[in-house]
Amino acid sequence: MSWISDRTIDRLRDAAAWPELDGRYAITGVAGRGGMGTVFVARDHVLDRDVAVKVLDIADRKGSRVARLTREAHILARLDHPGIVPVHDAGVLPDGRSFYVMKLVRGRRLDEVLAARPPQAVRLDLFARVLEAVAFAHAHGVVHRDLKPENIMAGDFGEVFVMDWGVAQDGAADSEPAVVGTPGFMPPEQEGAGVVDRRADVFALGAVLKQVMGSDPSPALAAIAVKAQHPEPEARYQSVEQLAADIARFRNQEPVSAYRESLRERALRLYRRYELPILLLLAYVVMRFVLLVAAGV
Amino acid sequence: MSFPATRLSVVERTRSDDEEIRRVAWATIIEAYWKPVYKYLRLKWSLGPDEAADLTQEFFTTILEKDLVERYDPARARFRTYLRLCLDGFASNARKAERRQKRGGDVTLVPLDFQTAEGEMARHEGSVDADVDELFYREWVRALFERAVADLKQHAGQAGRPIMFEVFARYDLADEGESRPTYAVMARNLGLTAATVTNHLAAMRRQFRQIVLDRLRDLTSSEDEFEAEAARLLGSRSSHSSRDKP
Repeated sequence: MSWISDRTIDRLRDAAAWPELDGRYAITGVAGRGGMGTVFVARDHVLDRDVAVKVLDIADRKGSRVARLTREAHILARLDHPGIVPVHDAGVLPDGRSFYVMKLVRGRRLDEVLAARPPQAVRLDLFARVLEAVAFAHAHGVVHRDLKPENIMAGDFGEVFVMDWGVAQDGAADSEPAVVGTPGFMPPEQEGAGVVDRRADVFALGAVLKQVMGSDPSPALAAIAVKAQHPEPEARYQSVEQLAADIARFRNQEPVSAYRESLRERALRLYRRYELPILLLLAYVVMRFVLLVAAGV
Repeated sequence: MSFPATRLSVVERTRSDDEEIRRVAWATIIEAYWKPVYKYLRLKWSLGPDEAADLTQEFFTTILEKDLVERYDPARARFRTYLRLCLDGFASNARKAERRQKRGGDVTLVPLDFQTAEGEMARHEGSVDADVDELFYREWVRALFERAVADLKQHAGQAGRPIMFEVFARYDLADEGESRPTYAVMARNLGLTAATVTNHLAAMRRQFRQIVLDRLRDLTSSEDEFEAEAARLLGSRSSHSSRDKP
């Protein structure tokens, strides 16, 4: 036996995990790795395009992992929305691992985008697109249960994709008994491993909003995040649409439901909203005053 | 894919009434763990080559004599972690007692080539400051893969297809710093077609994966432990090949 270097160990791990697909798809690289599978980049020779192939790491004896990946593929296939990655194909490898083929998203994760400190308007625009995708899933009875910046991809042309639906809850019943989600983004009721509802995603979106709004947010925006992240589901926004409506109001310089503003804050907000008309009016008044003075009145 | 019928792991087989089954089980454990143990003693415990070699032999002798495997509880830890904890306790006691004159053992189930292991130490890339469990794990994976590669080579030779292993070796075992040859270059150098190279590589990888999983199943004490180890070994690692995430 000859000695194997650390680099060769990594190569062998990749070699052992390499999926043996049929002639249509040729694997060209590894795109990323998740909790239960690896995502490969592949060339689809039939349609002559690059695709992503998510492959289960191992086929378990109980079949729960296989079922989970298959369920994820079915959920994605059902959620036909611009903010949710489309599935093209699915199957089982000769070694028993399940896989599905999806659109290859080229871009950066939301946390990487935020690290570059784009303007607030850009950040909130991305967040609003995330809300649209999640609201669409909720309308089809699917709760994501693991929303976080690492699971959101932003493309180079403003497109946004909500990824990793592997632990999503499909309908009221849930076949996933284990605690799922990510600490910090997971509401208290989800930590009990019970069935959750769409308000669990509202909580996670509140945590995402905290990262989106940065370290020095306006009180109204901070209040939206606090309300979304309330420990009691009844005290949160009852739907993503309600959260989205408050975000839209904030972006339009309108009062938000989550925050009672002072008179000064209201005046400041109104000034920002109507800055141009106010300045024109002021200019007009000043001009009239100057003319009156000049006329000796 | 059909799963192998439930069979006893090596841990369970060390408790067999059949002496031959026990002997083979112990040989399997020692074969899988002696190098990780030796290197762990050299790196974590900063022992010299001779001292580490003596203590490695004595460690396995002690495990055999004191039935430490009998005390292993799968509900509390993975077998690898249990052995590492046993090793830490053993090394600590040995250091305190300074039993140097008693060092060494009579482990003859598997030849332990400490000279080769020591030669590998010069090529060690890991940091001594690394997490101790990670250090032990890395050496355990190295030993597992070395054995699996040797098995793969033997199987290909026995099947009269050493060329298949050659393709695998040139592509997946390329030396450090060497860039991988393209399929076309390999095909030209080996007198094969590119399609044959692709097929040979796929077949060898599939067989390598199966050998690794078989050995892993053998070295773990339950299906849950096997699946956790397999997922860690063949799955979740940090991405390094692309920034794209589909």
